[in-house]
Amino acid sequence: MSTYALTDATTMLRRDFHHLRRYPLMTISGIGTPTIMLLLFTFVFGGAMGSSLGSGASYVNYLVPGILLMTIGSGCAATAIGANMDMTEGVVARFRIMAISRASVLTGRAVGSVIRTLLSVVLVIGVALLIGFRPTAGPLQWLAAFGFIVLLSLAMTWLALAMGMAAKSVAGANSSTLLLQFGPFISSGFVPPDTMPAGVRWFAEYQPFTSMIETLRGLLLGTPLGTSPIVATAWCVVIALGGYLWARTAYNRDPIR
Amino acid sequence: MSTTTLRSAIVAAGLRKSYGKKVVLDGINLDIPEGTIFALLGPNGAGKTTAVQVLSTYISADAGEVRVAGHDVAREPDAVRAAIGVTGQFSAVDKLLSGEENLLLMADLHHLPRREGRARVAELLKQFELEEAGPKMATTYSGGMRRRLDLAMTLVGDPQIIFLDEPTTGLDPRSRRTMWQIIRDLAARGVTIFLTTQYLEEADQLADRIAVLDQGRLVAEGTADELKRQIPGGHIRLQFADPAGLSTAARILDLVSRDDDALTLNVRTDGGVEPLRAVLERLRIESIEVETLTVHTPDLDDVFFALTGHPVAEKESAS
Repeated sequence: MSTYALTDATTMLRRDFHHLRRYPLMTISGIGTPTIMLLLFTFVFGGAMGSSLGSGASYVNYLVPGILLMTIGSGCAATAIGANMDMTEGVVARFRIMAISRASVLTGRAVGSVIRTLLSVVLVIGVALLIGFRPTAGPLQWLAAFGFIVLLSLAMTWLALAMGMAAKSVAGANSSTLLLQFGPFISSGFVPPDTMPAGVRWFAEYQPFTSMIETLRGLLLGTPLGTSPIVATAWCVVIALGGYLWARTAYNRDPIR
Repeated sequence: MSTTTLRSAIVAAGLRKSYGKKVVLDGINLDIPEGTIFALLGPNGAGKTTAVQVLSTYISADAGEVRVAGHDVAREPDAVRAAIGVTGQFSAVDKLLSGEENLLLMADLHHLPRREGRARVAELLKQFELEEAGPKMATTYSGGMRRRLDLAMTLVGDPQIIFLDEPTTGLDPRSRRTMWQIIRDLAARGVTIFLTTQYLEEADQLADRIAVLDQGRLVAEGTADELKRQIPGGHIRLQFADPAGLSTAARILDLVSRDDDALTLNVRTDGGVEPLRAVLERLRIESIEVETLTVHTPDLDDVFFALTGHPVAEKESAS
């Protein structure tokens, strides 16, 4: 049946789009959290926090890469909830006993989630530009940044799909993604790690989000990239692969335990 | 109504399934000919749903051999899946899509060409009286409508064998009748139907053969009539005008039970006409006046009680 894998994945993607069109709330709430954070940190905390950057630096410029990561994380909540609902509701039980490629059910969902996440990212970048975000990137850097965001979304999506399927309830699925949504707080996303106490600082410097944020920051604003792109890409590949394998196992497992 | 051929649609031998220490299916043997309606009858928790799940490749068996549509469920699940359709007691529709979109989704997953898929969907919406509801969200459907949509989705792929897990549980009497007619129409077209139910009347009405499942074992199998015959006869209830008639009759007849207050006697017969005639003849000879006479043939409730020692309505832990 694998000859139909692509057709089936497209069918599943179309199903995802129907959901998206009819229930846009999930996507809108996905951009709500990062947008609020963006506005809050720019206009309320920004004045105080910006002073840690040294004179002349724009805090909104510093903030945006972290907010973009948070946007991708927020999209994961919708992805995990959708995956969990699929597992607990009857329609996936039906897919399981149809002669369709099993991977296509997951792939369709993953592609749909990535597209939805990218849409949110574009919207958040739009808001950021409106409130004074001034990237220095040329076309090549934008292209690289976009490519990196796609890879990042893919990795996070597979992880979120697996988390959603492994969770026992919708609430569990939602809370399991909190780490992805709020992980950027303890990173270089909001303030430079060198302002943090030693233990936290060590964590903030080495956790995967920091390398991802530094990669985006380097590409969009021309800060030094160093080894960040390599480390971040490696993390993405590991997360994507791990998430994919986990999701596949969760889906293939006997549905009744 | 349905033609019985020698070919088997579903064969199971020594089928077992346990969850932890709980044995749900304890050695099930089945042989269901193509084109027939088979009913698996049993109370809640008897293992009916688990049986459907194993036969339809949803879960794997612990032991035993199962062949559906000529293919082994463990070794060639996709070949089995291509031949079957399943509609469960919990509806498997995508509630975030409209009825029509649900059906089109099925058409796409069965790889029907676009035009053919649309035609099939339109035909099914009409057949299941869902034309008006087609563009509406499945969330807004009533229980009966959702069940019809569910079955319509199962039929998009034209399955040879359909599993219906408690297709009328929770439906109102009118929706139940509609569902029965749909099932009969499918059988008339040569589709093999495997149906589970807790309703004796449903099995009696629809099935060519019935198996009674109790605590993971098949305790009886046969046609409705064969099962009814396993009960030692029925009885005639006679009601008398006065106590004198009652006591005279009680002396000369083969009694099952006697109720002096209601002035009734239950008299054993085997359900045939001849014993009934004999009873009436003896009453006439003795000039005993009988007020009313009712003939009680055993129904499947009696059969179930006789076979399992508990009534069918008894609720057990759900599987």
